[in-house]
Amino acid sequence: MELLLSLQDISYAYHNLKGETPALSHISFEVSQGEFLAIVGPSGCGKSTLLSIIAGLLAPEKGSLFYRGQYVSDCGLRDVMKVGYMLQRDHLFEWRTIYKNVLLGLELNHALTGENIDYVLKLLKDYDLYAFRDKKPSELSGGMRQRAALIRTMAIRPDLFLLDEPFSALDSQTRLNVSADIAQIIRGTNKTAILITHDLSEAVTLADRVLVLSKRPACVKCEMPIHFDTDRSDPLAVRNSAKYRLYFNQLWEVLTNEQTAVPTN
Amino acid sequence: MNRPLFRPTDAMSANQRRFLRAHRRHHHAVALARLLLITAFLGLWEIAARRGWIDPFFFSSPGGILSCLWQMIADGSFFAHTGITLAEIIASFLLVTVFSLLAAFLLWYIPNLAEVLEPYLVVLNSLPKSALAPLLIVWLGTGTDTIIVAGISVAVFGSVINLYTGFCQADPEMSKLIYTLGGSRLDAFFKVIFPSCIPLILSGMKVNVGLSLVGVIIGEFLAARRGLGYLIIYGSQVFRLNTMITAIIILCAIAMIFYRLIQNLEHYYKKRC
Repeated sequence: MELLLSLQDISYAYHNLKGETPALSHISFEVSQGEFLAIVGPSGCGKSTLLSIIAGLLAPEKGSLFYRGQYVSDCGLRDVMKVGYMLQRDHLFEWRTIYKNVLLGLELNHALTGENIDYVLKLLKDYDLYAFRDKKPSELSGGMRQRAALIRTMAIRPDLFLLDEPFSALDSQTRLNVSADIAQIIRGTNKTAILITHDLSEAVTLADRVLVLSKRPACVKCEMPIHFDTDRSDPLAVRNSAKYRLYFNQLWEVLTNEQTAVPTN
Repeated sequence: MNRPLFRPTDAMSANQRRFLRAHRRHHHAVALARLLLITAFLGLWEIAARRGWIDPFFFSSPGGILSCLWQMIADGSFFAHTGITLAEIIASFLLVTVFSLLAAFLLWYIPNLAEVLEPYLVVLNSLPKSALAPLLIVWLGTGTDTIIVAGISVAVFGSVINLYTGFCQADPEMSKLIYTLGGSRLDAFFKVIFPSCIPLILSGMKVNVGLSLVGVIIGEFLAARRGLGYLIIYGSQVFRLNTMITAIIILCAIAMIFYRLIQNLEHYYKKRC
């Protein structure tokens, strides 16, 4: 697979008057075109900081990003590729209809062309939200809202999806279905995705590869490629397979060791 | 007040009908009690004045007020005084609204400016604004300008601080969403912060209209030859109690009408959203 993105030796610390809090320490990894990468780690370890750096919302203090082998300056990836970001909560605006909400990205990019609007309408039809396009977000279920948030992200046709625990606010059953749906949609379009989660089973079920981060300051603890023979679109079949247990147990062990380890500083 | 009263129908269950009847009974009882209270107050006042329990020269009477109001309408002075006061309130209210939105936006947009100006805003806001009125007369003379500026000065600083605080408290994650979609800080303001603060802006307008009224009346006390504030001061100087109280009642009506207008705007906004 073609190399899309590589991070080399990325470090970041937060500063305030009481001192500095290192969040990321010498993080290096690579992401291939079309890959679905999951990043897990203890809560508060700096996963979201890492995603913000990749998205260009924060500049790394040390280290560099490369896009297809080319150095990316501090302003981030958004100059060289389209990045779609999904946050923990859907943040659909209550003062807009679903249709106006999913057009937000195009509006901000001054890209409300007929072609793009047709694409959004097609997405709404494909993901069963077309009938709800004139509803308020509060009239939709949690799963539908998260699908609407995905369409809002997809509308700007990103090459890379950054998913910052986008399923964590959903109830567990909806979560299983919606996460499988969204992963399937992203795979179906051969887009690249980086998913941040603290849920191991979600990471194993959805990803092609899982990256485990240590506790803060986060560094890469281990990498595990995930491969299933069963159909990835059926989350239950994946979770019932023997391989799933194997992956899950191995990752569990790494994370448990990490959580009980003596702090280094 | 004008809430819809749902009538019990045959299609409803017996318990629902009973609930609706009880609800209507309660509603009517409250309305009746309000009416009785004001009638008793006015009746007692009128009787006390006629029987000489109180001196109508100092305490006026409902009948005296009514005839004064009637006379003011007949000679046109009602429209002249009420009109000028209304115009001053509307002008200062609109100017407060526009100015405080602009100022709060600038403070939000330039955080360093907000940090520098913060202590000054706090001082200006806690200053009793009536202390400024004599100063305004020296600077601007007596007239409508002074009165409008007095109306503005009472409401504007609190309004700026309120709006700025509201803008700063808008959900930062929502602004982050705008940035992740490629939007700028201005986009964050116009797509997220402003729309999410509309309820705050409307409730601030309710407060501002009352404060503008206070400022305008203070201004008229000191620097007017027309208007309801002038009528009150003039009435007190020549012991025309009927005129004074009539002017105060007209002021009550104006305050209530403005409050209701903005409340309707709020309802309209809520229904649309």
